[in-house]
Amino acid sequence: MQSLGLEVLFKGKNFERLMGGMWTALRISLISIAISMVLGLLLGFLMSRGNRFVRGLMRCYLEFVHIMPQMVLLFLVFFGTSKTFGWNLSGELSSVIVFSLWGTAEMSDLVRGAVTSVPKIQYESAMALGMTKGQVNLHVILPQAVRRLIPQSINLITRMIKTTSLVLMIGVVEILKIAQQIIEANRKASPNAAFGVYLTVFLMYFLLCWPVSLLAKRLEKRWG
Amino acid sequence: MNWSYIQEVLPLFGKAALLTVRIGLIGILFAILVGLLCSLIRQLKIPVLRTVVSVYIELSRNTPLLIQLFFIYYGLPKIGIRTSAEACGVAGLAFLGGSYMAEAFRSGLEAVGKIQHESALSLGLTGMQTFRYVILPQAFAISVPALVANVIFLLKETSVFSAISLMDLMFTAKDQIGLYYNTTECLFLLVAFYLVILLPVSLLGSLLERRVRHAEFGT
Repeated sequence: MQSLGLEVLFKGKNFERLMGGMWTALRISLISIAISMVLGLLLGFLMSRGNRFVRGLMRCYLEFVHIMPQMVLLFLVFFGTSKTFGWNLSGELSSVIVFSLWGTAEMSDLVRGAVTSVPKIQYESAMALGMTKGQVNLHVILPQAVRRLIPQSINLITRMIKTTSLVLMIGVVEILKIAQQIIEANRKASPNAAFGVYLTVFLMYFLLCWPVSLLAKRLEKRWG
Repeated sequence: MNWSYIQEVLPLFGKAALLTVRIGLIGILFAILVGLLCSLIRQLKIPVLRTVVSVYIELSRNTPLLIQLFFIYYGLPKIGIRTSAEACGVAGLAFLGGSYMAEAFRSGLEAVGKIQHESALSLGLTGMQTFRYVILPQAFAISVPALVANVIFLLKETSVFSAISLMDLMFTAKDQIGLYYNTTECLFLLVAFYLVILLPVSLLGSLLERRVRHAEFGT
């Protein structure tokens, strides 16, 4: 039986270091998620109302962020700003900027979809009952839109957590980088470390995202 | 913007884009096959395989492609499964995409109303005929938007292939930036090439969506 390289994890502080790396990745995603949720809600409402100019501008921003791979956006901010503006953004700051921009776009699209998915007859019936515009929005539209929105935005959270793994590529020392370091350091003692360590990283991501997506699925079933 | 430099590296980027598209397309093809297989197993409720499929779908949907690739490319050789970088890219894309495709097919099959099945049977069609002529066309039409979204998603995900040293667009751009420091030109080319690849797919997708919307009838 070959060794699976799992023993490396129990050497020294290796497991703790991996956890620390996970936290670095998670911190970036949590900050970006918080920013995207707030900005996304605002922009989403702007998009579902708003004048034509604002909507057109938003559409361009949304389409661009939608269609570009997140890696390209990371490169644009990380390498692009240093060359054009001479800014020296750290990897972490660049990734927070990129993931906030991307998350905001996705979130505002979800908000717009949720608001427009409420059938028109709901507006009309509420108006016919003599409610004011504000009342219609608050008591009729909002509750229905929120029910659709919450499961979808929880899904977006897991997507953002998963996408944060890309920050390795612009030199942020997160879980994958630390995994590489651990494997390199133990190259002689346990040559099979790559298998065990990467498997652990894989499972750690899974254990982080799985409960969240289960929650989303459950809410979707209950409110769908 | 240094245009002569752009002209010089254009073929390099072109080659990289071809690699991205090639591996992307093969990977997506395999992903669709895996997805079909999974939804077939789920639909027929085959006992043990059904559990395997559920576990696979949860594992694949809740982990990032980058981690999956690292595990396949650097981890698996340690237990004797060795693959080339390209095969690894295809395998990663199929592993990730299979579950997304399976979910798209499943939501399509579920969205076809039960009454369609019952009506077809009462008209004297056999079970196979009902599936082939009544359920499948409707289910497919309903799942087209999700399928197109998945294809775009997977094409975008190919950008992480540079991590396993495939010479794709990202790899070439990073390489060139490191060598000559022509950041502006390289980033411009990077964005341009991804637009050339992804924009037609996205436009084609929305065209297709509008066409198959006619099929949403009687649900």
